[in-house]
Amino acid sequence: MVMSWIWVCLLALSLFCGLLRGGTDLGRAAMEGAGRAVELALGLTGSLVLWSGFGTLLERSGLQRGLAWLLSPLLGRLFPTARRDPETMGPLCGNVTANLLGLGSAATPLGVAAARRMQRSSADGAATDELCRLVVLNTASIQLLPTTVAALRGSLGAAVPFDILPAVWLSSALSVTAGLGAAALLGRLWRSGET
Amino acid sequence: MRLLVPTLLLGVSALALGRRVDVYAALLEGGRAGLELVKTILPALVMLLTAAELLRASGVMEALTRLLAPGAKLLGIPPETLPLVLIRPLSGSAALAVGADLLAAYGPDSQVGRTVAVMLGSSETTFYTISVYFAAAGVRRTRWAIPAALAADLTGFAAAALAVRLFF
Repeated sequence: MVMSWIWVCLLALSLFCGLLRGGTDLGRAAMEGAGRAVELALGLTGSLVLWSGFGTLLERSGLQRGLAWLLSPLLGRLFPTARRDPETMGPLCGNVTANLLGLGSAATPLGVAAARRMQRSSADGAATDELCRLVVLNTASIQLLPTTVAALRGSLGAAVPFDILPAVWLSSALSVTAGLGAAALLGRLWRSGET
Repeated sequence: MRLLVPTLLLGVSALALGRRVDVYAALLEGGRAGLELVKTILPALVMLLTAAELLRASGVMEALTRLLAPGAKLLGIPPETLPLVLIRPLSGSAALAVGADLLAAYGPDSQVGRTVAVMLGSSETTFYTISVYFAAAGVRRTRWAIPAALAADLTGFAAAALAVRLFF
């Protein structure tokens, strides 16, 4: 529904300002935009198909499980309650590693399974601290290979589509740190407000 | 960086083959899923690029950018990237469309283009993710999850601009 409101507002704004300014052919602009979308999608198709195939290969190669094993001590520190329950920890590690490897379609079901399991201990429908932390980890992207963006850059003629990797890593790391920091801070404030 | 793609492809393929995975079948199967993805996002791309073009032709984009520029400057974000910043937490396909529009307008190797790409690559569709997780877990009170997630997003956008200035 949000997008419907945004859509109507955008159109109304454009029409209003276009009328005020006059002179520009908005009808032509609309058609051009629509046409450009298809060009863009076609340009993207090749690399999206390639990276999507690569994603499935990553999933089957066992690399994800290896990475999950490597990361489980670190994640255990972030999720001390979940650590004691292997049925939460399994999907949780899977979720984080799938996110790291850019396997969005594999990450969500695993994350949801972990979230369900975590929430069993909360009776009143309030999110537990660790669930909030899991959600923050999932909303701040932690992708090692941003393939869709690289595909987009490549289709528009970038010289080295992946040259943004170090910048993406730095910015992801800062945003995840800020999210977890904000979660810890707000969690403390929240608790002092509730008592 | 130029050898990254072939190295990755070979490395993972060889590893998977060593573990007796049918590498080629996996690639084709995943590729079909990628094609589905294109099919899913195409209508959204058409609608949003139509809207983006209308906004640009009517002068709204320019006015909005000028209006919000002081706030963006405060965070060190190039004002040109604001349309992406505003839509990113709400819709993934819309963000992709707006990002593509900006990349095409400013060039993928420009400062603005790189910032847009880093922003896209280091953020998620926050509200969608929150609603999926909390709905599935049956959470009624989300407590501080939304402010914390938005703090992460905002930091990510500022960090994207910073990182691009740093590395390029």
